[in-house]
Amino acid sequence: MSIANEIRRLGSQQQTRRVFLGRAASGIGGAALASLLSPGGLYAAAGKPDVKAGPKGVIHPLHYQQRVKRVIWLTMAGGPSHLELFDYKPKLAEMDGQPMPDSLTTGQQVAQLQGQKLVCFGPQTKFKRYGKCGAEMTELFPGVGSVADEICIIRSMFSEAINHDPAHTFMNTGTQLVGRPSMGSWATYGLGSEAENLPGFVVLVSIGVGRSPQPIAARQWSAGFLPSRHQGVHLRGAGDPVLYLQNPAGVSREQQGDVIRAVNTLNAQHDAVVDDPEISARIAQYEMAYQMQMSVPALVDTSAEPESIREMYGCTPGDGSFASNCLLARRLAERGVRFIQLYHRDWDHHSQLREELPVKARETDRACGALIRDLKQRGLLDETLVVWAGEFGRTPMSQRDKGSPGRDHHNKGFTIWMAGGGVKRGFSYGATDELGYHAAVNPVSVHDLHATVLQQLGVDHARFSEKFQGLDWRLTGVEGARVLKGILS
Amino acid sequence: MNRIYSLSGLARPLVAALLLGSAFVSPAANSVNFNRDIRPILSDNCFSCHGPDQNRRKAKLRLDVREEAIAMKAFVPGKPKDSELVKRILTDDEDDLMPPPESHKKLTPAQKELLQRWVAEGAEYQSHWAYAAPKRPVGKGGIDVLVQERLKEIGLKPSPQADRRTLARRLWLDLLGLPPKPQEVDAFVNDKSSDAYGKLVGRLLASPHYGERMAIGWLDVVRFADTIGYHSDNPRNVHPYRDYVIKAFNENKRFDQFTREQLAGDLLPNASQETRVGSAFNRLILSTEEGGAQSKDYEQRYLTDRVRAVGTVWLAQTIGCAQCHDHKFDPTSQRDFYSMGAFFADIKEPIVGKRESGLLVPSDKEAAELARLDAKLAKAQKDYDAPHPELTSVFTKWQAASLVAAESNENWKQTKPTKVASTNGVKLTVQKDNSILASDKNPTNDTYTVTLTGALEEVVGLRLEVLPDDSLPTKGPGRATNGNFVLSEVTATVTRGKEKPEPVKFTGARATFEQTVANGKSPARKWTAASAIAGDAKGKPSGWSVLPEAGKAQHLVLELAAPLTIGKGDTLTVELKQNHTEKEHLLGRFRLATTTNAECARVAHPPAPPTEIVTILKVAADKRSGAQKDKLFDHYKGLVPELASLRTQIADIKKAKKDLDAKIPKCLVTVTADTRRTVRLLPRGNWMDESGPVMQPALPAFLPVSLKKEAKTNAPLTRLDLADWMIAKENPLTARVFVNRVWKQFFGIGLSKVLDDMGAQGEPPVNPALLDWLACEFMDSGWDIKHIVRTIVMSGTYQQVSIASKEMQARDPFNRELARQSRWRLDAELVRDNALSVAGLLVPKIGGPSVKPYQPDGYWENLNFPTRTYDASKGEDQYRRGLYTWWQRSFLHPSMVAFDAPSREECAAERNRSNIPQQALVLLNDPTYLDAARALGARIVKDGGSDPAARINWAWKQTLSRTPRPDELATVRQLFNKHLGQYKADAKAAETLLKGGAAALPPESKRAELAAWISVARVLINLHETITRS
Repeated sequence: MSIANEIRRLGSQQQTRRVFLGRAASGIGGAALASLLSPGGLYAAAGKPDVKAGPKGVIHPLHYQQRVKRVIWLTMAGGPSHLELFDYKPKLAEMDGQPMPDSLTTGQQVAQLQGQKLVCFGPQTKFKRYGKCGAEMTELFPGVGSVADEICIIRSMFSEAINHDPAHTFMNTGTQLVGRPSMGSWATYGLGSEAENLPGFVVLVSIGVGRSPQPIAARQWSAGFLPSRHQGVHLRGAGDPVLYLQNPAGVSREQQGDVIRAVNTLNAQHDAVVDDPEISARIAQYEMAYQMQMSVPALVDTSAEPESIREMYGCTPGDGSFASNCLLARRLAERGVRFIQLYHRDWDHHSQLREELPVKARETDRACGALIRDLKQRGLLDETLVVWAGEFGRTPMSQRDKGSPGRDHHNKGFTIWMAGGGVKRGFSYGATDELGYHAAVNPVSVHDLHATVLQQLGVDHARFSEKFQGLDWRLTGVEGARVLKGILS
Repeated sequence: MNRIYSLSGLARPLVAALLLGSAFVSPAANSVNFNRDIRPILSDNCFSCHGPDQNRRKAKLRLDVREEAIAMKAFVPGKPKDSELVKRILTDDEDDLMPPPESHKKLTPAQKELLQRWVAEGAEYQSHWAYAAPKRPVGKGGIDVLVQERLKEIGLKPSPQADRRTLARRLWLDLLGLPPKPQEVDAFVNDKSSDAYGKLVGRLLASPHYGERMAIGWLDVVRFADTIGYHSDNPRNVHPYRDYVIKAFNENKRFDQFTREQLAGDLLPNASQETRVGSAFNRLILSTEEGGAQSKDYEQRYLTDRVRAVGTVWLAQTIGCAQCHDHKFDPTSQRDFYSMGAFFADIKEPIVGKRESGLLVPSDKEAAELARLDAKLAKAQKDYDAPHPELTSVFTKWQAASLVAAESNENWKQTKPTKVASTNGVKLTVQKDNSILASDKNPTNDTYTVTLTGALEEVVGLRLEVLPDDSLPTKGPGRATNGNFVLSEVTATVTRGKEKPEPVKFTGARATFEQTVANGKSPARKWTAASAIAGDAKGKPSGWSVLPEAGKAQHLVLELAAPLTIGKGDTLTVELKQNHTEKEHLLGRFRLATTTNAECARVAHPPAPPTEIVTILKVAADKRSGAQKDKLFDHYKGLVPELASLRTQIADIKKAKKDLDAKIPKCLVTVTADTRRTVRLLPRGNWMDESGPVMQPALPAFLPVSLKKEAKTNAPLTRLDLADWMIAKENPLTARVFVNRVWKQFFGIGLSKVLDDMGAQGEPPVNPALLDWLACEFMDSGWDIKHIVRTIVMSGTYQQVSIASKEMQARDPFNRELARQSRWRLDAELVRDNALSVAGLLVPKIGGPSVKPYQPDGYWENLNFPTRTYDASKGEDQYRRGLYTWWQRSFLHPSMVAFDAPSREECAAERNRSNIPQQALVLLNDPTYLDAARALGARIVKDGGSDPAARINWAWKQTLSRTPRPDELATVRQLFNKHLGQYKADAKAAETLLKGGAAALPPESKRAELAAWISVARVLINLHETITRS
């Protein structure tokens, strides 16, 4: 860790304390402790976010004018097929059943099709044009289609990795090496959080879906070598929404408050003797924990939402579905959470593509459309960036060794979409070759995508680094990345 | 460190020195020191383009080698004004400015000033501090002397010695990771002898918990974990390695030997179980079982993982950076990287897929038992393998009979049922060999109906084979616990077209075996074949049975009254009625066959031998080959009753061995494969590019260490050579790296702060003489770890108070100068150990399989292949020390995560030390800490005295080794009184709080009181002081 960063860290830590305690941290006593010790102080703040009061991150001032304040990243885990959803290839349909040209596949990575004959597999869904912009998408996506004029489709993504685990790691951290910070951690580290009593980086994983979906490791939202408080907090769809949020049985909320108050009083009394700056931080964390115990259950209780809104997303409160998580994402956005990442698993269609892809579409399509519309009607879309992406796409070749045909993992060309502040609306960018194999026009690397997201947040990716093992480590790596100016309005 | 405090009052330091992290510089040190002042500036700002990496080098200029820099006219020593370097850093012209603006690097005015002074003073270079062998400083040396010298230079005074209570807690937590008991503190406080402190240190160093404490840091840096890491993150067997590490520290295994065993414990001339377990180090990588993973890809990942590990653990060099290109800051080339990787190309392992179960690691007792069984087995096997001339005549008879049976069998045609049904819900499955296997429900009675469709001509006999199967009790053929069945009645009907079914009449029934034991209830006095066609199926306990011949094939042959012919669409329905009154006497596996040979329908020959034996039997005895003869006799030995007891004996010993094996711990260890993997230098680190040269194991060229072996022989270097190189006297890094990490355990921060990088981008030590002295002391003591630990904790520097005055906080906030001790929050494992210990719950057992503390339901819901449920450990394993926690890399236990335990996916020399709300939630609400609070509450009530003040005093001493101050006492009394009133008023709430956990419940009248004391205990467990080492 460099000295400069240490200073920044110290500074941001102090600002954190200042926010929680209403003063700079030094010694003990002071107004905040007094407020903490009075019941009003302990109870008053919960559930009332003040989005202006959030601590600043290490980038201060920002490098650019900020176009969006936050990111909602919809991870379609498993690798959705671009060829059935967004990237219609008539030539592939024409060549269905014929050998895939060697010129495309020689020297490329292969996953489960290792050692197998590579045969073209035409699109398995019907496509139609949506919106004024006439964006071409599958018929399975009427919901996404309904906001076609709000979104920007990028059909020329490519990635380095071809297996799920490394590919997620790469998409989230910009490297296949484990132990590096994920983009949500970078965002909160750089910008701080505007949510006073919520974590700055929240992760939601749909529950109760899928055949036998690919695993997702907690490393995907790890803070890596950044301070631990920037790690993603998994807001769970079942059980305690945040781990250990619930008081022990037999302890009332008031009694829990008594215990915390006693702890903080004793800590303050101890500080008076030993004069340790860590103690005021500890006091603040206990206050924050206590507030989270109240604010988080209120946050995740979507039954307070009007029926019409729930209907729009297609969710039932507490079902932990992708639709519920989309609605939660909006609520988190409203409360100033910096980075909200959703995972919906089981897009890994090695087989049964025709049968199973519509299931995934049904689970996600309506809520995706609803999220965009809902953000827009609240004026939040302009200050939010929504990204829909898998960790890779799927091969133009069929895979037939597991029953009804599907497609294998494919990292050389796939589709994502974005919407929100500063991104062109009703726009398409890039293209794959005529068989949907390689990103051919305006190829977009994962680092380019990260650079673009950071720029929208007001950050120059090249200037945003952290010293780790002697290197100036960046989310966008060392190879250089370009901001996708072509998609920005 | 650009201090945010005022510099006034200090002797004027070199401002830049502050930027290097060393807070104070001697007023005498006016001249520029290359390693301290200049190299970090060049490394951070220039080397990326003008450093060791020749592929990235711009303008052919390198600044890391003085001669080359001068040759390229980068500077003129002594003449800053004539030096290009100086011009370039000072210019206003953006095109010429260095570092260039697009690099986003910028020199501070102080740095520019330093560079100019350096050139003016002659632009002298020094070799990188960490690459020169450590030297004992001139003079007396020793921690206190060297610290004092430094403090004198910068004008700071050391702090006084801490009081004994503090020292006791500090020693206990630092050396054992456990809090002292009050009586232990008292004994130390009251020990008036002059060497009281030394005695205590000696006692703690001899404790078996010392090894546990020391192991934590080592397990982090070698990335020890119970699971493979990637994708499915499945378990692997490695816990014996953790116990090996604990034992090594406890026995004070010398660090050179410790190193050899871990890198090459399998290659040592006297390799033992212990050294082989040490070599598990090489297996601690991340591995994958993901379908579609490409083996070349993962071969490369494993290689880089190992090189990074060696770089971190022993060298504190970021060698991993040289995977794609020569290192930008350090002299590690890409060749160095791959030739280091080539040391590990001999390791036998699956690349993609499940790890093997590993080496059996028996305890001494288990090893003895294993040897006993092996000897017994060898003896029995020898007897069995003997020629057995006594069997000659029965063998000949058997051959003749078997040939007849085989020929008869050829007249039977197996039938494939079109339908099978059970009346009482037994699952009947038709197998590939046409047999039918029963599973699932196992009722007392049932009737199986087997339907055969298709043409049959002139059938005169029906055969029912009953067959053994591994899924059945004692292998069947029945489903009773003894493998038996009772077939009460067999009936058959023929249905032709739409006609009414007609019964098929049987005139005879014969079986290969008929039960004669336990025949009291059988009206026929025998469990005969005949009773199966006696027409008395209803309710009577008679029928065909086969006890005691469980586990063997038998058959029943039914003779038809008249030849039976049915057409193509007609059906033959066979009903197998099983109405025995005792439990589960049903058929387990059976098969039907038909014959048209009247002779065959009248005899039940023994079951025919397997096809390959029949083939041999058909060869005339004198024409059989030696191999055929052996095979035939082996087969016969497996059947002949004369050898039954020997067979049973062998089977029993094998089973005993298998049962014992299952109990013995296993450990992945290093084993050399027959062929080495080919290691190539991969251009840009791309594993698909096979154009690079093949690399052999070789030692990094940049360190001044030579191995004698290299000169002597052409044999390729081995991992043992690598280990020897690590611990060679001339290796400047290994000793420094280890003592620097040890130092952190006792002072909270390394002498060089960056524990995993002693390269150019690391931090030159604040007190280089001290680091060098310790490194020399370590090597000269024969790599004696306890000696170094003792030396550190015996020093006066270690024993100082940790409370910092305002001035000290301002001048040296991170305590780099050691004018005091430091204070920090305990490591994750110790937070747990501490709470369980004061609660009296901690189970002090050392070692064994990893354990599973309570964990929130569903925390593993996103794991798959397979999906997993978390079964929390029962009994004493619920209260083990934190370091035994099951280390699931992709979802480490959330309480561990909250307190910054690393996932150990990568080597972690350093842990974050965060202060986040999740820590409060864990200590307040995690059931483990609630258990601890309940148990502590119960102890307060039981042992704490009678009145509340006494009890609070007692609890304070248990938890914090001191008595509370009056203000603290008042705070806690207030809480106690309030909650006592509330729990008295709400007995139900008190009951709820008391439920669960390990606390013994007091009588009814005291429950509210206990509940209120649990509140107090919760407060104590949550205190900052409780989780802080000071």
